[in-house]
Amino acid sequence: MSPILQGLFTIVLGVGGCITYFYASNLILDKVIFPPKGSNPGRNINRANMVRPWLFLFPAIFALGLYLAYPVVGSFWRSLFNRSGDDFIGLGNYERLAADPQFRQAVFNNFLWVLVVPALATFFGLLAAQLTDRLKWGNLAKSLIFMPMAISFVGASLIWKFVYANNPTIGLINAVRAYFSLNPVDPLQIPFWNNFFLMVILIWIQTGFAMVILSGALRGIPEETVEAAVLDGANPWQLFFKIKVPQIMSTIVVVWTTITILVLKVFDIVYATTGGNFGTQILPSYMMQYMFRDDGRATAVAFVIMIIVLPVMIWNIIQARKEVR
Amino acid sequence: MSAIAGQKSRLTWAVNISVVLLVVAWLVPTVGLLVSSFRTTDQISQSGWWDAAFPVEKAFRDRVSADGETQSNGLYVLSGDLLTNGQNAADLKPGTKIKAFGTSGIKPGAYKAGTSADLGDGGTLTINSDGTYTASSPTSFDGSGPRVYFEAELPPAFTLANYREVLFSDGMGQAFLNTLTVTIPATIIPILVAAFAAYALAWMQFPGRGLLIAAVVGLLVVPLQLALVPLLRLHLEIGIGQSFLGIWLAHTGFGLPLAIYLLRNYMVGLPRDIIESAKVDGATDFQIFMKIVLPLSFPALASFAIFQFLWVWNDLLVAKVFLPANDGSKVMTVKIADDLLGSRGGDWGILAAAAFVSIAVPLLVFFSMQRYLVRGLLAGSVKGG
Repeated sequence: MSPILQGLFTIVLGVGGCITYFYASNLILDKVIFPPKGSNPGRNINRANMVRPWLFLFPAIFALGLYLAYPVVGSFWRSLFNRSGDDFIGLGNYERLAADPQFRQAVFNNFLWVLVVPALATFFGLLAAQLTDRLKWGNLAKSLIFMPMAISFVGASLIWKFVYANNPTIGLINAVRAYFSLNPVDPLQIPFWNNFFLMVILIWIQTGFAMVILSGALRGIPEETVEAAVLDGANPWQLFFKIKVPQIMSTIVVVWTTITILVLKVFDIVYATTGGNFGTQILPSYMMQYMFRDDGRATAVAFVIMIIVLPVMIWNIIQARKEVR
Repeated sequence: MSAIAGQKSRLTWAVNISVVLLVVAWLVPTVGLLVSSFRTTDQISQSGWWDAAFPVEKAFRDRVSADGETQSNGLYVLSGDLLTNGQNAADLKPGTKIKAFGTSGIKPGAYKAGTSADLGDGGTLTINSDGTYTASSPTSFDGSGPRVYFEAELPPAFTLANYREVLFSDGMGQAFLNTLTVTIPATIIPILVAAFAAYALAWMQFPGRGLLIAAVVGLLVVPLQLALVPLLRLHLEIGIGQSFLGIWLAHTGFGLPLAIYLLRNYMVGLPRDIIESAKVDGATDFQIFMKIVLPLSFPALASFAIFQFLWVWNDLLVAKVFLPANDGSKVMTVKIADDLLGSRGGDWGILAAAAFVSIAVPLLVFFSMQRYLVRGLLAGSVKGG
């Protein structure tokens, strides 16, 4: 069967199956197991209503459990075994990681990424949000800055490969250098700084995201606070930094942490540009080196990423619980 | 007063200019890719894409054809058109202008177009800017016309050749279909599963609800990397293996936390009166969900569908792991990252066309449905990766 037909079939089966499941399970619950009649219909209705939420939730819980919760445990367990998976070696994989200079390089680079990308993306996002706010063509400008969000990391990497190309008739950077009669360089091979050239790609993508959320937050600021500050003679800078920014601080934090999480997971950019060479390895791309070759090592790296993400996860949960209450 | 007014307009100017700069900086890389994808490899290596709209100067060498020698006024005359009859006819498109020419390789541009060059022994050669030439000599050319060198200004030209090549001989056409095949089911299937769960979490009372919501929020940020090895092994063990079915299931699972979270946030905000009055009228939860909540939640469903669509379409990691590595089932991101960047690394026109084929559909979706995307983002979440 061709994949396209298979796809159509799966859509029909998936959607039809879902509807059938929900409809039939509700019907059985109401008509067969706890029918609202017989000796005590009231108790039956109550019981049916206690079971029903779980009918609604079951498929989702099952899929979440299998595809996201189980792997956390499964990956950790697998990381305690050797390459072929038949020999228990305890924390051996982690010890080998700690001893691998490439791993340490990846951790260091990841640290740089986490430090730089969220900060700059949030900064540019805030800048763009504030500047476009009162502009007549602000929405057009926003939409253009937001556009890279739709582009894949691989596509974005290719786009920037053009900008960074060694050849002055292809790469913008080297064209500018050639204009000032400087020799062409390959920005992606300059040790240490090449990391920042790669970060530019992710900042370029994420600024639009930050801008959209922050501009929503800026619009939500009560008008009176701004008016009061203007009446008191605040200049535009004071207005922005002392009145507006403090009021949207919580949104800034959300944007910052969301981008931080993303930074820890994106392997595509490094994979498609340098392949982790020239000292640009980061944890997700380092993991992909071992994927399919040494599952023990790969899962150990994945678990290291999980541990780094954990504080943010806990913080998110705490925030969400506050909101629900 | 006037000083303040002046300051204000200066500020507006500054804002306008900064936004223009920002937009240009954000747009330039993509425009470069788009322009390059319509240029031949030759053009790309001769001039930057920023010069694509301007003519390119290039030097050529040719020999005036000795066929059709005529005699007039006691002189032997050769005439013709370098653009259409010369050796470089393939490169010289209509509209090419000849700037200068010469008769020796040392001084290829010694004479301006339209002037006459001395061939020695009383012979002259005139080349006009439109490529027509006249060579005359008191003696016969004897079957060998004079050698000419000229500098021509080629008009800007764009071609679809890169797209043809990428789609039909580099396999991007197949990869495009594969991406579509992966994306559509992986976008549609999670929606219903998530909508039911979101309704339960938003409007039904049961013990453990808060805990489940917290779990969904936690799962939002679980790195996908953790899921790869255990799930691939599971798929291999239960016989799904690396296949389209496997990747649909994987994307469904990975998309659920965001779907549930977005939809629940939206459904909680629906007016309580409608739902409660429906309950009073005797509607069951199933009816309320299908007839009231689901239609009212359309904006949130659309937001999630766009997110999931973009996410699955653009994904590289999950496709690399859960799809087989053979050529027939590669999606576009894998095709570009693993095949084209390696084998066509220096062929910039091809790479640009391939990249543009892969980002065209997301851009279309993005610009036509931006409203829902923004609404989804503002509903308080995004998916990490």
